[in-house]
Amino acid sequence: MTLSLRASLARADFTLDVECDIPTRGITGVFGRSGSGKTTLLRCIAGLERAVQARIECDGELWQDEGRFVPTYRRAVGYVFQESSLFAHLDVRGNLEFGLHRVPLRERRLEFDEVVALLDLSTLLRHRAPQLSGGERQRVAIARALLTSPRLLLMDEPVSNLDERSKAQILPHLERLRDSSAIPIIYVSHALGEILRLADHLILLQSGRVRAAGPLQQLLARSDLPLGHFEDSGSVFDAVVEEHDPNYHLTYVRICAGRLAVALRPVAVGHRIRVRIDARDVSLALKPPELSSIINILPATVLELSGDADPAQTLVRLEAGAEPLLARITRRSAVQLGLSPGTALYAQVKSVSLMESSATGLNW
Amino acid sequence: MGSIDLIALWISLRLAVTTTVLLLLLCTPLAWWLAVGGSRARIVVDALVSLPLVLPPTVLGFYLLMLMGPRGALGVTLHWLGLPAPAFTFGGLVLGSMLYSLPFAVQPIRDAFQSVGARSLEVAATLRASPWNSFFSVALPLAARGFMTAAVLSFAHTLGEFGVVLMIGGNIPGRTQTASIALFDHAEALEYGAAYRLSAILLVVCFVLLLLVYTLNRRLRTAGILL
Repeated sequence: MTLSLRASLARADFTLDVECDIPTRGITGVFGRSGSGKTTLLRCIAGLERAVQARIECDGELWQDEGRFVPTYRRAVGYVFQESSLFAHLDVRGNLEFGLHRVPLRERRLEFDEVVALLDLSTLLRHRAPQLSGGERQRVAIARALLTSPRLLLMDEPVSNLDERSKAQILPHLERLRDSSAIPIIYVSHALGEILRLADHLILLQSGRVRAAGPLQQLLARSDLPLGHFEDSGSVFDAVVEEHDPNYHLTYVRICAGRLAVALRPVAVGHRIRVRIDARDVSLALKPPELSSIINILPATVLELSGDADPAQTLVRLEAGAEPLLARITRRSAVQLGLSPGTALYAQVKSVSLMESSATGLNW
Repeated sequence: MGSIDLIALWISLRLAVTTTVLLLLLCTPLAWWLAVGGSRARIVVDALVSLPLVLPPTVLGFYLLMLMGPRGALGVTLHWLGLPAPAFTFGGLVLGSMLYSLPFAVQPIRDAFQSVGARSLEVAATLRASPWNSFFSVALPLAARGFMTAAVLSFAHTLGEFGVVLMIGGNIPGRTQTASIALFDHAEALEYGAAYRLSAILLVVCFVLLLLVYTLNRRLRTAGILL
């Protein structure tokens, strides 16, 4: 099932010219700098913006073509805007029911109570927007969009206006949503960290055009793309939970390159999860380090070295167990260690993020 | 208090209520168009609507009288339809008052619609509300306060108007003589007792009305219906 999309649109300062197929499952991240056309792309999909030349087809339903334009309210999309957009004349319940009541009964696939539970809103139902924090407002906005049982949920930088604490509170909800619902999400962001954490699939936009599109891991491994050079860049691995060690409060997971220890998480042994390693959390050693406090050490080979935006840093593209691993080290270290393509070494991983949440299991 | 004064008060109230209700109905689509329409004609219409704010009421009244008289364009048209010319009738007063109070009704509603913003309507569209449905379920309730202001201003402005009503209505006691004109007649005839009584009644009516509106306003706001 896919969303097939071709759209071009010219503005005074900017041209969008996009052609791509987006899988309608999991989370597709749309990543690019501000002004690259991410929001415009999303607005075209929703029908809020009318591209001059466009063909938009979602799971076989034609939304836009020459002479055909299905208006937004007839497209089964949910939209979460960047800023809080709750209706001020309604309380939280009223906001949530606004969309729900406009969807015919037979098309409703999500129950009010399930969605309220999923986004932790049960104590807020009588509140009004001004009484809510920024994070709470966005949770309500997400729930409100979900309750229209959309075929596609579009999210335009839903956490970028939030402070770090609210962000940290809302991202787990998005992970739960990804893991427990069958609603495909297109997630626009200029923060690579969010994309790495959430997305399965990635579309890289540059000056209004699709620079690259594909599974996240594949794109991260490509050296012709600028993804490695972002501050919060990193690598993503599929992993299997192997063992729990309650004594040291650790969980062991296996990736191709070896075994990693992470802080204990209540995930069943044998369960598949995703882990992320930030490039800045990887340091390199030519010999297997002894007497080190770092427990996650993976043998790896240097594929390529490249300069970084920061002149003091070097980005090292490694291969660890046939999978790509990024490391950001100082240029001085790279020279002193004499790194060059083919150098075999040991990558010491200071921190591993486990990107899994206990699925709550929505009924579909 | 003379029965003529009571009738004048009754005419004033009837005129103010009729004018306010009709203005709110007429101004809703007009203010919406002024707030969100993209047409260039908007600036011209905006200026035209505001004209009664700066035009001396007698000028407006004079033009209207000419228009509504038996030989005026409107008078002739109505005569052709078998209707009486509106000059010196209650209908004529309503028409004149509506024009005179137009900016007081249009501007608050227009501003309220503008502050609703395009985003709220986009949100409504993504929540499956058709444009009409969005208008009634999002734009109108969010603009409720503008409607309240428009109603109060139109009502008070009509109650107090003098020049336009005198020109169009002709000060016919029992038919087109409003309280404010009756008051002027009393003062001119040195009937200060009657003038005091009428003034006091107008003052109390206006004050009670405003008190009612503000109480209601606060109630609605506490209940969250108004913002």
